[in-house]
Amino acid sequence: MAELTAAASVPPGRAQPQAQGSALPRLDVATVRKDFPILERRVNGHRLVYLDSASSSQKPRAVLDAMEHYYETTHANVHRGVYTIAEEATALFEEARAKVARFIGAPDVSEVVFAKNVTEAINLVAQTWGRRHLGQGDAVLLTHMEHHANIVPWHMLSAERGFEVRWLPITDDGHLILDDLDRLLEGVKLVSLTAISNVLGTANPVRRVADAAHAAGALVLADAAQHVPHVRTRVADMACDFLGFTGHKMLGPTGIGCLWARRSLLEEMPPFLGGGEMIRDVRLDGFEPTEVPWKFEAGTPPIAEAVGLGAAVDYLEALGMDAVRAHEIELTGYAMRVLRERHGDAIQIHGPADPRDRGGVISFCYKDIHPHDLSQVLDQHGVCVRASHHCAKPLMRRLGVAATARASVYVYNDESDIDVLAEALAEADALLG
Amino acid sequence: MPGLEDLYREIILDHYRNPRNRGELPSPPARRVEGFNPLCGDEIVVYLLIEAGKVTDLRIAGQGCSISQSSASMMSSAVKGKTVEEAHALIRAFKSMMSIHEARLDQTAAEEAAGAEPEVKLGDLEALQGVVKFPVRIKCATLSWNTLAQALDGSA
Repeated sequence: MAELTAAASVPPGRAQPQAQGSALPRLDVATVRKDFPILERRVNGHRLVYLDSASSSQKPRAVLDAMEHYYETTHANVHRGVYTIAEEATALFEEARAKVARFIGAPDVSEVVFAKNVTEAINLVAQTWGRRHLGQGDAVLLTHMEHHANIVPWHMLSAERGFEVRWLPITDDGHLILDDLDRLLEGVKLVSLTAISNVLGTANPVRRVADAAHAAGALVLADAAQHVPHVRTRVADMACDFLGFTGHKMLGPTGIGCLWARRSLLEEMPPFLGGGEMIRDVRLDGFEPTEVPWKFEAGTPPIAEAVGLGAAVDYLEALGMDAVRAHEIELTGYAMRVLRERHGDAIQIHGPADPRDRGGVISFCYKDIHPHDLSQVLDQHGVCVRASHHCAKPLMRRLGVAATARASVYVYNDESDIDVLAEALAEADALLG
Repeated sequence: MPGLEDLYREIILDHYRNPRNRGELPSPPARRVEGFNPLCGDEIVVYLLIEAGKVTDLRIAGQGCSISQSSASMMSSAVKGKTVEEAHALIRAFKSMMSIHEARLDQTAAEEAAGAEPEVKLGDLEALQGVVKFPVRIKCATLSWNTLAQALDGSA
């Protein structure tokens, strides 16, 4: 019930218990929507129906204000000046780190490394831990549903270090096939998998994979880009060793994300980028890196972005992550039901059938209308969906499609957004079906 | 604000639903070139047969959105039977129509293109000029043309 307590500290109506029958907290979407200035905008004569949060979420006024306030009152470089505003800026920057650490249940705040995004977080692990530990005869196990950000860094390093990149297959309805996991883990030093697929929505059993991986002597990296923004995240429960996520998908600004890793791992890993901030000493003949997490944060970091991310964490905690998750399951279930009822066999929705097994992501094909054309027609109704291969070309090939359209929901979406989508699809059908 | 009718003209939809010159040619003698649009994953394959300096046959394979498919279909009709030089001129005229800056939309894109290649008649292809009002779709429309240009260069 911690969420309800947290909710009590925010303006009334933000989050409240369901009227009866269930103790689950519930989002008041109408109130939430008022916090997002962009939702007042009209596009092509229609209200904005934003269904692309899996790509990047919108920002509440609290985040925008926090960043503006920081620039107007406090900005200075961090970890350098001894004057007042520099100390305040440093305090705000480190406070943001502490908020993020709490948000994901990190045992130690120094385990949170700020990175640009998940892509950079995974590249960091590949280029530091991976370069030191992976070589010929070793393997990295990925899954068929990974984002390119969790494929290409391993291909790049494998070309150089000669280890094998191995693949965990999936079923037609988008679940990992784990029957053969123990055999596939032979020789594997790292399993790197998405916690929630950005295409299929599948919520993967990270804990189960991690337990098997650890038993086989491998470490586990969870790509949590679609998990941290949507599902209460506790690194200890996931039992992963590395976890990456990004701010702009969780109501925060672009340009800031995080790598979490166990402190012992971070300490043992060599630095990533070299430069200022990450050193203890620099001599003519070498350097000493500083301690974690700053060892991995060369150069002036995105300070205002960290402040904005901290404000986004505050906002999500005030809503209550259990309420966020419950809302998404409900709305995803509604969308799957309405789209199927309205469009029948014309629409093919990829991924697990049960909304409890998935995040708020619905990838679909509509007859043989190309997703680009679908998205173009939807845009005329103010509806934003992603139309592409979603940076997951191996998965597209596995599904036997070149691309899909993808609608994804977040805290500011409600049933009316789904209804507009369903209607607009009918127009696309009339024009191109 | 441009509307869908600017993009999905009847003739475009006709070529999308009934693509001309669809298929493959034995290669060799035909030259086979693949084109990719990394944005959306569209792939197009152009088979080009050149005999005595003329495009005697060509076929289009692959898959993509209505704009890339109809553009490829119209291109195939326009280029078949042309000399290599005429095909190059057509490519220049079409790409010129597709690169018109938005600020100059008061003048029709097709007129501009005709200015660039005065001898070239774009004909049905002028239906695609609405695409320039939707900048992300320009790459869809030019995919097959860039692929054709590669094929022509390779067999010259």
